[in-house]
Amino acid sequence: MPEWLTQPDFLVERDPERCIQCEVCVRQCANEVHEFDAELREVFSDSAACVGCHRCASLCPTDAISIREVELEFRTNANWSPQVIRNIYRQAEQGGVLLTGMGNPEGLPIYWDRMLLNASQVTNPSIDPLREPMELFTQLGKKPARLEFAEDGALQTQIGPQLELKVPVMFSAMSYGSISYNASEALARAAHEVGTYANTGEGGLHEHIKPYADNMIVQVASGRFGVDVDYLNAAAAIEIKIGQGAKPGIGGHLPGEKVSADISATRMIPEGTDAISPAPHHDIYSIEDLRQLIYAIKEATRYTKPVGVKIAAVHHIAAIASGAVRAGADFVAIDGYRGGTGAAPTMIRNNVGIPIEFALAAVDARLREEGIRHDASLIVAGSFRCAADVVKAIALGADACYIGTAALVAMGCHLCQKCYTGKCNWGIATQDPYLTRRLNTNIATRRLTNLLQSWGHEIQEIMGGMGINAIESLRGNRDHLRGVNLSDRELQVLGIQMAGE
Amino acid sequence: MKRIRIYEEHCIGCGLCEVHCLVQHSRSRKIIRAFREERDTVLPRVQVERDGYLSFALQCRHCDDALCIEACMTGAMYRDPETGAVLCDTDRCVGCWMCIMACPAGAIQRGTEGKVASKCDLCIGQDVPVCVINCPNEAIVLEDDDDE
Repeated sequence: MPEWLTQPDFLVERDPERCIQCEVCVRQCANEVHEFDAELREVFSDSAACVGCHRCASLCPTDAISIREVELEFRTNANWSPQVIRNIYRQAEQGGVLLTGMGNPEGLPIYWDRMLLNASQVTNPSIDPLREPMELFTQLGKKPARLEFAEDGALQTQIGPQLELKVPVMFSAMSYGSISYNASEALARAAHEVGTYANTGEGGLHEHIKPYADNMIVQVASGRFGVDVDYLNAAAAIEIKIGQGAKPGIGGHLPGEKVSADISATRMIPEGTDAISPAPHHDIYSIEDLRQLIYAIKEATRYTKPVGVKIAAVHHIAAIASGAVRAGADFVAIDGYRGGTGAAPTMIRNNVGIPIEFALAAVDARLREEGIRHDASLIVAGSFRCAADVVKAIALGADACYIGTAALVAMGCHLCQKCYTGKCNWGIATQDPYLTRRLNTNIATRRLTNLLQSWGHEIQEIMGGMGINAIESLRGNRDHLRGVNLSDRELQVLGIQMAGE
Repeated sequence: MKRIRIYEEHCIGCGLCEVHCLVQHSRSRKIIRAFREERDTVLPRVQVERDGYLSFALQCRHCDDALCIEACMTGAMYRDPETGAVLCDTDRCVGCWMCIMACPAGAIQRGTEGKVASKCDLCIGQDVPVCVINCPNEAIVLEDDDDE
């Protein structure tokens, strides 16, 4: 039955004056939007399949292609928006859960944009990072509560294992499977070059990525894919994944057709079988259970590596994070509701979880109140778009940020949200060898490295303006944040003052 | 000398090298005009070979022991002493196609304008050939010869 109620999302327009019928667009589109008619010697486009990824327009040598959102207006209705109506048409046709990719696109408030940073004027000098040292060095892991000295003054306190970051930004968990091997390798290599960390996600550690394992955090998630003692010991740190911002409370499902020989070897599962990550860890139903796993991993790695816990930002996040710290986590990663994913039910992605800004403020405040803030580092994730977001997060109490979407965008992602189809025209979220070749790991590594370096420079500039010369002095320094367009209650939860105060 | 190196694993088969090569060897050197007026008369000197998801762009390798130069009976095929590139002097070429027979890479074609051979000239007058500049995935790269 033709899906006659489903209208195309995009309209592909080809300027006949400019099109030279070179067929580059035909070869680039995995959705088969463009077709060359050999008889007429002309390329035609079928807009219905267009996802708006811009691959064709980006490679068109004459800029002959433009892509617009279809202007097919419904009668104005503030309640029944076009998106809501289209979703119902789609479900009425298919009878299934609506799937989507990437982070929450809904127009909910972005609280980073409602917080403004401070700068020095007259009474305290600002610092020029090009002339004076400016320290971004960050250590993640449990810090001692106090220092102890021997009678002769020698330091006796031993510091546990730490992750050492040259920039307080890491690549968040993206598994080989959800993204291509080339994308995984580029993330690992860029982390290695810059001096930060990439996260394997639940995809296992590929044989060819092991040389960069010193800059990798490996994940132990509910499916335990790719986990063995060598995997744990190869990495710089281990992260137990409880949840993810895009789909808290939901597991994962890598369809069997994507489980190639290479992925099957990396994940340690049979080829062609579905890789299903259960929603919960079936051995973790309490903080005590979590503690058992944390210490099992610490034992397996002889207490030489930080072991952390990743949780999605949900209600009572402060209590949950406190529990994780008390369970022995050396770091807690919190993923806000804008965090991305390769595939999630649309309703879950758009409606479950809380903003990372509130989660971070609440967790940092709670851990301080309980006197256990030093026991674990806080990593925040969930749509960090620029250096200013990172600086604001650190001022609000974070130790470091994870970036996922920003990293993918650096590699060419156009946020078309079709990761779950496996037809990523940019070679990122696909396992099709015709498409994965499009991501040259050398180019992707260079672009990721550039991104982190430029953010590093920007963070230094912003800190210099504040008169701060080390990121340690910015951490949790909420005096440097002021709110605009925020209610008293919002200011209170964020623990910051109103602009002008 | 600098040589074009092909990284087959990075070739995405888009064909942009062919497009820009054609433009470079057209009279107007303007992309829209070249395709409108000269598409059937100018050949790209690089060919993208495709088989399934595998592809690579192939142009003259400018071999050190160029068999096409040896095979050429008129001396049209010669090595440019400055750049080391193997070039075809179209005034001397008589179109006997012995170079095509001799070329182990299959990188020489029959030209469509006049009876002369058509092959990569490394974009005479350009520091970097247009196929190298316009490859979106760095699959065609200009590199220094390993031997030197």
